[in-house]
Amino acid sequence: MLNILIKNGHIVDPSEGLDGTGHIIIENGKIKEIALDSGGKKEKSRPIKTTPSGRKALRVFEAHGLFVIPGLIDMHTHLREPGYEYKETIKTGTMAAVSGGFTNICAMPNTNPVNDNSSVTDFIIRKAIQEGACTVYPVGSITKNQNGEELAEMGIMFSEGCIAFSDDGKPVMNSLIMRRALEYSKTYDVPIISHCEDSNLTEGGVMNEGLLSFTMGMGGIPSEAEETMVARDIALAGLTKGKLHIAHVSTAGSVRLIRQAKESGIPVTAETCPHYFTITEEAVQTYNTNAKVNPPLRARKDLEALQEGLKDGTIDVIATDHAPHHRDEKRMEFDRAPSGISGLDTALSLSLKLVQEGTITFSQLIEKMAQNPARILGLKKGKLKVGHTADVVILDVHKEYTIRSEQFLSKGRNTPFDGWNVKGKPVATISKGKLYEW
Amino acid sequence: MKLSSKDLLGIKELEKDEITLILDTASGFKDVLKRDIKKVPALRGKTAVNLFFEPSTRTRTSFELAEKRLSLDVLNLAATTSSVAKGESLIDTSLNVQALGADFMVVRHSSSGAPHLLSRNVTASIINAGDGINEHPTQALLDAFTIQERMGTIEGLKIAIVGDIVHSRVAKSNIYLLKKFGAEVRLIGPPTLVPEEILSLGVKRYHDMELGLDTVDVVMMLRIQKERQTGGYFPSTLEYFRFWGLTSERFASAKKNAIVMHPGPMNRGIEIASEIADGSQSVILDQVTNGIAVRMAVMFLLAGIRE
Repeated sequence: MLNILIKNGHIVDPSEGLDGTGHIIIENGKIKEIALDSGGKKEKSRPIKTTPSGRKALRVFEAHGLFVIPGLIDMHTHLREPGYEYKETIKTGTMAAVSGGFTNICAMPNTNPVNDNSSVTDFIIRKAIQEGACTVYPVGSITKNQNGEELAEMGIMFSEGCIAFSDDGKPVMNSLIMRRALEYSKTYDVPIISHCEDSNLTEGGVMNEGLLSFTMGMGGIPSEAEETMVARDIALAGLTKGKLHIAHVSTAGSVRLIRQAKESGIPVTAETCPHYFTITEEAVQTYNTNAKVNPPLRARKDLEALQEGLKDGTIDVIATDHAPHHRDEKRMEFDRAPSGISGLDTALSLSLKLVQEGTITFSQLIEKMAQNPARILGLKKGKLKVGHTADVVILDVHKEYTIRSEQFLSKGRNTPFDGWNVKGKPVATISKGKLYEW
Repeated sequence: MKLSSKDLLGIKELEKDEITLILDTASGFKDVLKRDIKKVPALRGKTAVNLFFEPSTRTRTSFELAEKRLSLDVLNLAATTSSVAKGESLIDTSLNVQALGADFMVVRHSSSGAPHLLSRNVTASIINAGDGINEHPTQALLDAFTIQERMGTIEGLKIAIVGDIVHSRVAKSNIYLLKKFGAEVRLIGPPTLVPEEILSLGVKRYHDMELGLDTVDVVMMLRIQKERQTGGYFPSTLEYFRFWGLTSERFASAKKNAIVMHPGPMNRGIEIASEIADGSQSVILDQVTNGIAVRMAVMFLLAGIRE
């Protein structure tokens, strides 16, 4: 493992009160030292040695004019392996993650076979240790085969390394099963990540319901298909006091419900994704399958409510819902193409737009993409702290570039942001003791 | 004056003067159809492929006759007999058809936007013969032609469209066209089939048949799909006919000289009573005849774009 000295960077970690120029020393994949030049907190005041202890070489990274922040944590990634390796593999997905500034990602269980038992969990973890550029935390399914009928072996999967449970991609329609999941999971203090969708209300739907779905001749998915389930799950979280995390919030109504729930002390956290706070249903207007996603892109009022929810803390987390698909699958009739946007490569740049526009602060961005996911998942991660794993991103917030899907490290090129001009990009990521430079 | 696109994807995409051009051209072709020899050499040597991914008799035969009367070489491909059944993608099928030398592809598909997908991937002219619940532009054009023929104009007419608006590509194309021509468009049906967001298109919505039909000039009936019953859109066809079926009593609310239209195939006794369908004010069979002239006009004008 390489030892690294990051010099002269602007170190920011709100959870540790770090905000100033300084240096970080990384040894054996752990943060050995953090020191700010002036003012700010010093973790350890030791003269910088150009040859640190041991015989290992020291790599010096000059970070003048760059931000040094904690490696990001994505709570919502579809890695597709096992079963759909033509869409993505653990290797390509984690490379995309690292290039996008993520050093820890949570792999959703809708693989083939479904991650509903410890042998699949074990496979994912082993594969990620061998081939993954970043750390992968598997999310087990709530129910066997994600059928929504019978609880999966959560306890055994938890022992094997699952850090949360979700039937993501499908709702748990049976309220009793959802209640039991929220109750049972309390044994392990892990969150239940709920994909809120009433599948009766969404039947036949492929985009947001409204005038546009009518004039395009598409089956609509009303906001209420999400909101009725958000309301149900909040009620169940109130009943059970289980840890509920609402995945990919897309509507203004859901934001309101979650805000109310938090005010009344119900244990609920929530995430949204860059596409929901960046673009609206108009992106599908040309039958653009790369903008087909579930839940669907919504209206302007929803986008604004999500931004407000990020600002006031109702929405705790920005997750990618990275859902890579093969090019051929998206080159289809709109209603036949699969839902999903490949998001790991672009999430940070799109989220930085919110900072540039003054919607959220840079500190809030780090909270929502590192600190809060770590807190919700109970991980000792997402911080720049001596003794912690060296998950570090070196970020150039001024770098302007054009998103080119063909340059993605993910196999999934399915993005509605191809050709967008954005500002801010990681120039280096330190993950699993390795330095990746872009 | 020319059309602006090589494709006819929908009425949404057409300007009013383009529609007028098509209707005027169709008049000329209607005269041809009245002759003893009903064929012109206009598009001789060109090839039309009718790509029907959804069953259709009336539209396909109408297109086929229109093509033959323009002296086009015609190939009919039905999804059940083609490689689509073997899992070939829509884009691959269309590229193969293009490689065979098609100048026109007439596409009927159950997915909304399928013709739009093809228009981006092939150079042949794509004609939408009905896509999902999006549009059926040639039906709206032949309806407009029929209204003009009977009433002289569309502007200022009160036109009621009755039935399953939300799932009807015919209704949608007609709404866009009739609004462009300044008609008063009234949509009549149960709230499940006539959703509220339609109001922002500048139409009127009625759930009561008598009120909606009051002093209208044209009544367009839509086919009711029986499977909508299981989707919970209405409880039974019996109840549907009771409230939204077109009967003589209800039709009496319309103007004395009002006409009745239906895109077919009709469900007698479900959405329309036989005495109306067969009555003197029905122009349902004129619609069928006019369909050929209108489709000839569309293909003739699109050929002009490609040259």
